Amino acid sequence: MPSSLLPICISDLRLIKGNRAVLQGVNLRIYEPGITVIMGPNGAGKTMFLRCLHGLIIPDQGVITLGPLTVANSRDEQAMVFQQPVLLRRTVLQNLAFAAPGIAKTDPRRLIQALESVNLTDRAGQPARMLSGGEQQRLALARALLNEPALLLLDEATASLDPASVLLIESLVKAQSARGTKVILVSHDQCQARRLADEIVFIANGQVAEQSPAEQFFTAPQTRTAKAYLAGEILF
Amino acid sequence: MDALSEAFRLIITLDSDLFEILWLSIRVSVTALVISAVIALPLGTWLAITRFPGRKFCILLLNALMGIPPVVVGLIVYLLLSRSGPLGWLGLLYTPSAMIIAQVVLITPIIAALSNQVIEHLHQEYRDTFYSMGITGRRAVAAYMVDARYALTTCILAGFGRAIAEVGAVIIVGGNIDHLTRVMTTAIALETSKGNLTLALALGAVLLTLSLLVNALVIGIREYAAKRQYA
Repeated sequence: MPSSLLPICISDLRLIKGNRAVLQGVNLRIYEPGITVIMGPNGAGKTMFLRCLHGLIIPDQGVITLGPLTVANSRDEQAMVFQQPVLLRRTVLQNLAFAAPGIAKTDPRRLIQALESVNLTDRAGQPARMLSGGEQQRLALARALLNEPALLLLDEATASLDPASVLLIESLVKAQSARGTKVILVSHDQCQARRLADEIVFIANGQVAEQSPAEQFFTAPQTRTAKAYLAGEILF
Repeated sequence: MDALSEAFRLIITLDSDLFEILWLSIRVSVTALVISAVIALPLGTWLAITRFPGRKFCILLLNALMGIPPVVVGLIVYLLLSRSGPLGWLGLLYTPSAMIIAQVVLITPIIAALSNQVIEHLHQEYRDTFYSMGITGRRAVAAYMVDARYALTTCILAGFGRAIAEVGAVIIVGGNIDHLTRVMTTAIALETSKGNLTLALALGAVLLTLSLLVNALVIGIREYAAKRQYA
């Protein structure tokens, strides 16, 4: 079942931080379900774009709509996983229960299933902040997925994780996407983008430089900036 | 030296006068502490996580009230509770209740300001995640208080330390009446002025022990929380 938050329409998005325009006139339409990977050099505005989409930052200008909803009233339908997972000072299981009190009350077995899905069942009673970095990120993902969001945003969620943790998280993201959740993820990792992406949005200098199907982006990028980025050249 | 050994004899033999004073001190301070904690913890937390015009002034005021002289608090509460004051009809002056009120006024800003600082720090860390999870209002306040439970406990203990050692306010509103409003600190002041060092020393030793226990508890809580990454 496709996500209820499609299409995602972003018109003339502008964000100023200090004296610098971090996003300058971003226009984007995302119609297709599946996984959209946002790529671009450091400082291009990818994270800020994702944060605007989630409502964590209010842009200086522009309109974002998610299906029939605005950012503000689509909050319950969205979930976001951050680069640095923030876990509560509680046990692993209590972290999940806090995110979904309704489920914890009516169907606590689902919490255990969520832990099983991220291989953390044996850690259920441990303080969450004592988990390793990879385990913490897996728990953050399990927590984000508990409420079956229509839109899942991941901000470099696998950066600095070991390959096994990366693959496990990727498989969970793919599975969730197959269940109908629209996934938008920011990544620097071209290999990861090739493994996951149905569509690539390439952002450079605060603007969408290119939006194309993943296959096309990697084989025949349309813009010089994207070509240079893929070739590993330094972009300013 | 004789006074010191006599003081320990009073403690070891569970002297009734000494323990009456000790019991009243603890009763007054713990009651004030519970009331203050109920007011100050949510207040400090709420001020840390909400934004409204005048919020910074409120925090400034709380911080300033942390250092308010106890005698000034005593004087204000005295004026409120005295027969001609607005709350004189309650007839609370020179009762343990008046002492509790004075201590509540004295330690509420301390607990609120300290807890505000603790939660501000936690809020920096949790803000985006809570927004993302849709945690707002009372649920957010409760969650912050639960997650900062160890740090908040040390704030409460700091309030207790201040309350139990306080003399200026309780002597004004309690009157230091024997068998009614005499607590450890006021008794020490009185007995010392009378030259009866035995009871003063015994009470001083108990007060010092209590202070040591509270501080040991604070350190223990901090270490336990740090070990479990709950700090």
